[in-house]
Amino acid sequence: MEEVIKINNVSKSYWRDSIQIPVLDGINLSVKEGEFLALMGPSGSGKTTLLNLIAGIDKPTQGDIFVNSTDISKLGESALAKWRSSNIGFVFQFYNLIPVLTAFENVELPLLLTKLSKAERRQHVETALSIVGLADRMDHYPKQLSGGQEQRVAIARAIVTDPLILVADEPTGDLDKNSADEILNLMKRLNEEFKKTILMVTHDPHAAESAKLERHLDKGVLV
Amino acid sequence: MKVIKLVFKNSFRHKLRASLTIMGIAVAVIAFGVLRTVVTAWYQAVDASSNDRLVTRQSVSFIFPLPLSYRDKILQVPGVKQVTYANWFGGTYIDKKNFFARLAVDADTYFKVYPEYEITKKEFEDFKKERDACIIGSETAKQYNLKVGEAITLDGDIYPGKWDFIISGIYKPKYQSTDATQMFMHWSYINERMKQEMPLRANDVGWYVESINNPQNSGAISKAIDKLFENSPNSTKTETEVEFSQGFIASSSAIITSMNVMSFVIVGIILLVLANTMIMSSRERTTEYAVLKTLGFSAYHLTFLILGESMFIAFLGGILGLFLTFPIVSGFGNHLPKGFFPVFQVEPITIILSALAIVVIGLAAAYFPIHKTLRTKIVDGLRFVG
Repeated sequence: MEEVIKINNVSKSYWRDSIQIPVLDGINLSVKEGEFLALMGPSGSGKTTLLNLIAGIDKPTQGDIFVNSTDISKLGESALAKWRSSNIGFVFQFYNLIPVLTAFENVELPLLLTKLSKAERRQHVETALSIVGLADRMDHYPKQLSGGQEQRVAIARAIVTDPLILVADEPTGDLDKNSADEILNLMKRLNEEFKKTILMVTHDPHAAESAKLERHLDKGVLV
Repeated sequence: MKVIKLVFKNSFRHKLRASLTIMGIAVAVIAFGVLRTVVTAWYQAVDASSNDRLVTRQSVSFIFPLPLSYRDKILQVPGVKQVTYANWFGGTYIDKKNFFARLAVDADTYFKVYPEYEITKKEFEDFKKERDACIIGSETAKQYNLKVGEAITLDGDIYPGKWDFIISGIYKPKYQSTDATQMFMHWSYINERMKQEMPLRANDVGWYVESINNPQNSGAISKAIDKLFENSPNSTKTETEVEFSQGFIASSSAIITSMNVMSFVIVGIILLVLANTMIMSSRERTTEYAVLKTLGFSAYHLTFLILGESMFIAFLGGILGLFLTFPIVSGFGNHLPKGFFPVFQVEPITIILSALAIVVIGLAAAYFPIHKTLRTKIVDGLRFVG
């Protein structure tokens, strides 16, 4: 399998007033295509920060991040936005759907940045919603859906552009056990059936069991 | 443009807040429109003034008369084409509320110097023929349902007593800015009675109006006229009709300036109302904007979203306000003393200024939310708790 993510000696620290707070320290990580990796660790260990760096929504203080041979740590804001739209699907803990848009319109959002026609966009959205089992709820607004359904819409939104990598930050953190299991099964299916490379941050060992591989972070260091 | 649907949906996410903001903008636009209309109406006399007419008055004040004998001397000044004269008659028609300008004029010359008061040849001849004849404006005729041949009685104040006139004609305004509310009677008719009842006031002229050959020579002609009378007890001040009207308005300049300032203060208030809504909205959507950025939406898209919402709300409020300005100005005009403003209507410049204000406000109100949204890092936006 080809290596899709290569992280070399990445560190990240934040400044609070004049105090530098190190979050990640000298991270080296390699992820192969089709991998389903669970990043685990206690709160504050830096797992979400590492996920954000890989997803291109944050920049490292030091080191290089190669995703599919592109050094995303060197890309400017505009190029990075474009890169994210075609390479990354992001699933948030709290779904983060736009409340005034229907499930269909939420899933369609990333496609508005493409050159697809309206009919093509419709086809893609319907496919994505079918995959997550919500084809019959496409006209529902987020408030008309359960938490598990909202997360499935969020997953449909993440996969609708057929991205290279799916990153999920505590995707089951806000769900009951049944809904969480549904989401984990869906992610496993996306990995196995649709060959998506998935990086999932979780502190739930049960959730991590769905992944093929687990890596642990502690105090900003991969252990 | 594909995100325009989101602009519309975002605009009415908080229906009550959006509606109140739109109504606030509408009320402010109406207030702006009414104030501007009052200011414009005040300046209407200046707009209606001509540069090829000069006005000669007593140098100390408009209220002091000039002798009739000046007319022939003024007529001799090179560049002066025609001279006419008038007195402010004042008086009351039935009730003091019924205000319209009443002037005693030289019947032979007045309408030649003021061709914008259009009367037929017959009306003019009839007016000249009868000493107690008068000409009234079409607006006044309409307002009081007066017709040619009917009698009109004024209760005099400057010229005491009952004054009976017969309407010999109704003039029509040539331009939109022409005052169609005035009443003109024979100066000689008034003067005749003055000779009998108040001889000291006989042959008094309120002011002279000269039509001149070339407006570019107005300065030289004015000086030449004033020079004729500079050492007399009744020295004169001659200026163009435009300057004369401006001088007349200058006496109310404090009020007009206040209204002008207030109208622009209102623009500031609209800006604050909309800016407040936009700032609250974008603050509430900090996480959403971060999510959109995560999905790949660029600064351009986010700017379009926020600016679009701001412009859309401003536009709705502006349209509603402008739409309501017309009936409100009309109603306001109807409640003013009759004839107080000869022309009181929403002028195109008021609509243009209102529209311009709305665009500027829409743009300005979006500035800070856009600036903040673009500056907020995605990770900070995702962590934001409103």
